[in-house]
Amino acid sequence: MEFNSSLIGQMITFVALVLFTMKFVWPPLTGMMEERARRIADGLSAADRAKQDLANAEKASADKLREAKQHAAEIIAQAEKRASQLVEEAKSTAKEEGERLVKGAQAEIDSQVQHAKEALRQQVGQLAVDGATKILKREIDAAKHADLLASIKAEL
Amino acid sequence: MAAEHSATEYIQHHLTFNHTASGFHLDTFWISLILGFLFAGTFALVARKATSGVPGKLQNFVELIVEMVDAQIKDAFHAKSKVIGPLSLTIFCWVFLMNAMDFLPVDLLPMIAQAIGHYGFGMEPEHVYLRVVPTADVNQTFALSLSVMLLIIGFSISAKGPIGYIKELFTAPFHAESLPMVIILLPVNFAFQLIELAAKPISLALRLFGNMYAGELIFILIALLPWWINWVLGTPWAIFHILVVTLQAFVFMMLTIVYLSLAVEDH
Repeated sequence: MEFNSSLIGQMITFVALVLFTMKFVWPPLTGMMEERARRIADGLSAADRAKQDLANAEKASADKLREAKQHAAEIIAQAEKRASQLVEEAKSTAKEEGERLVKGAQAEIDSQVQHAKEALRQQVGQLAVDGATKILKREIDAAKHADLLASIKAEL
Repeated sequence: MAAEHSATEYIQHHLTFNHTASGFHLDTFWISLILGFLFAGTFALVARKATSGVPGKLQNFVELIVEMVDAQIKDAFHAKSKVIGPLSLTIFCWVFLMNAMDFLPVDLLPMIAQAIGHYGFGMEPEHVYLRVVPTADVNQTFALSLSVMLLIIGFSISAKGPIGYIKELFTAPFHAESLPMVIILLPVNFAFQLIELAAKPISLALRLFGNMYAGELIFILIALLPWWINWVLGTPWAIFHILVVTLQAFVFMMLTIVYLSLAVEDH
């Protein structure tokens, strides 16, 4: 071990180095690191906020979707109901119309039958009169025996 | 390797400083200065371009060191000080770099120096000396530790005031209630305080010096082995020395922080 003027020289060097570090190295580096820590903290809180927002939006969209589905189901149910109602109405109308047609046809048939019967009676009466006329030859005066003829006709 | 010298001459040559006529150690001075510039220049460069955005590799590395030092200070030093951070960082990096000179082959820089001395200045190669590890020079380690001691005194005075500090020198660590006892304890306390104050720089300096001197000496001894077997001992010792170099730099820094934090706290 030998002490000499190097000791003083090295102390001066050391002090100069420390002063340099104090001025040019330490403050900018620590300042920058604090700034970064702050930015990271900001970023993290922003991410948290965004996550919260996203969760809210998802919840809102799920609500909307559920509402829409419910609405759609209601509309479908109404439409089905209306459709079955229409079918029912159509059915009953058709039934009524059919019945009416059947009734009309029946009445027509009845009246035709009546008509035919009447015509037939007339003809039969005529035939009977004609036949009797031929048999009796002039013995029967149409005018004289009109009442007789009419009663025959009625019996037919 | 020392083919033309005896082992003793070789070792002595390696342990002689390159000094001026007055004894000033030029090698310690210049090597420590260059390493100091290397540290300060690199860190200042990074600090000037430092971004709080995505850091580059060098910035990341520098930040790692600064953050490590800052964490140690936050752990041990609870007062406010603008000096402690830069001081600790400088001590750690500078001491580390000076210690790390041990990793260069023991003959590399001395042989370059001999070549320069011989061909550049016409000196005899045997008379060109160079010791490459500044921390294996007591002047260097004591320069650091005495500066720390001055800072301890400075921190004490700034924390307690000049009168408070002088009062503490005479009334601690032994306290007394009555006036006669206080007077009797005055010299005892003062002696204790002086021993405490002196023990700190001496232990700091000698611990670092002893470790680095021993490490350097063992590297020199290993260099005396034949060249083909050199690595068998050299490699493990160098690997082990990585630990020593880092640890000694860290211990010096850590103890400085602890001493300064004791200085600003009340007894």
